[in-house]
Amino acid sequence: MPTKEAILEILAQVKDPELPVIDIVELGIVRDVVFEGEQVRVDVTPTYSGCPAMEVIEREIVETLESHGFADVTVRSVFNPAWTTDWISAETKEKLREYGIAPPGAVARSESAEDLVTIRRARSAIECPYCGSSDTEEKSEFGSTACKAIHFCRSCRQPFDYFKSF
Amino acid sequence: MLGHRLSEWCGHGPILEEDIALANVSLDLIGQATLYLHLAGEVEAKGRNEDALAYFREAVEFRNVQMVELPKGDFAFTIVRQFFFDVYNYHLSEQLAKSSSVELAGIAAKGYKEARYHLRHSSEWVQRLGDGTEESHARAQKAVNDLWRFTGEMFMSDEVDQRLKTGGIGADLDAIRQKWSAIVGDVLTRATLSVPTDTFMLAGGRQGRHTEYLGHMLSEMQIVARSHPGAEW
Repeated sequence: MPTKEAILEILAQVKDPELPVIDIVELGIVRDVVFEGEQVRVDVTPTYSGCPAMEVIEREIVETLESHGFADVTVRSVFNPAWTTDWISAETKEKLREYGIAPPGAVARSESAEDLVTIRRARSAIECPYCGSSDTEEKSEFGSTACKAIHFCRSCRQPFDYFKSF
Repeated sequence: MLGHRLSEWCGHGPILEEDIALANVSLDLIGQATLYLHLAGEVEAKGRNEDALAYFREAVEFRNVQMVELPKGDFAFTIVRQFFFDVYNYHLSEQLAKSSSVELAGIAAKGYKEARYHLRHSSEWVQRLGDGTEESHARAQKAVNDLWRFTGEMFMSDEVDQRLKTGGIGADLDAIRQKWSAIVGDVLTRATLSVPTDTFMLAGGRQGRHTEYLGHMLSEMQIVARSHPGAEW
């Protein structure tokens, strides 16, 4: 019987299709591995409700484990507790930065609805992944994927992606 | 429904960032709907999955409120509707995240996190449009006035809603209404828009009585799945 750690090691070969520099274990979406007889069940939690990468990831989990000799693999979606970027380790965040994506900071305490609807709210400056300057601004809270926002560095005049804290 | 309506902006947004933003929100809402419909299919236990429920039901079988099926209109209409919905969805998912149904609570907890930045986005735009130019103000006010009579339906509860609320599964729509009114009133005032007085409220969507627009929308939304039943992509 293989260990859970051995399975996780294999699953580390499955990269996030949108962020090929990090794998799904580092991303924090693999929640558990359970052995049921000959069957291996992998519990994953989605990042965002509509993230199209999830389907690809589920398929790749099955294919990767099959190629390592596990014939009966199922993937189960779990929703509780909801995924958060706080599950991404400091080392993984550093990988994102090297890749050119500003990594997520700690998730802020829950704001009330009243805090969310004020246009003059404080916006934290995100450090530019290229030059390290904090003289940056948010261009749009929505970017090329659900998990990223578009920022601009006034210091090195570069637009960059920010992996939103969520 | 609303996710589909928002997707109609893809490639037509007023600026690139907004095109991307509306598509992102659309994707979140379609994702949330997929999860809720999947759960509904399991609870119903008649072998219908989320695709069967989305693509193979007739208009009269849909239970959405009428507000979300209305055509997308201009940008002001889309944003004001989104704002009205986002305030509602924020409070609804906040409550459902505490539901005694573990599955429902899990889906809602994720939806709640997403509703937070949806609300941030739409409320900012309501303030920019309302307190912007003469033209943007006029269009935003018209959207508020035209949409107002559709807002009441979100808070109407029937016997099923009451039972779900008593059982700790569903939400307290009266409590949500109070919070909704306070936030909406506050933001509209900040946006220099006037808050309409409550008069007649339209309803019926939750009983399958819809506006003429739903059928047209469904014919577009469902055509691929119905033309190629069982297809996978």
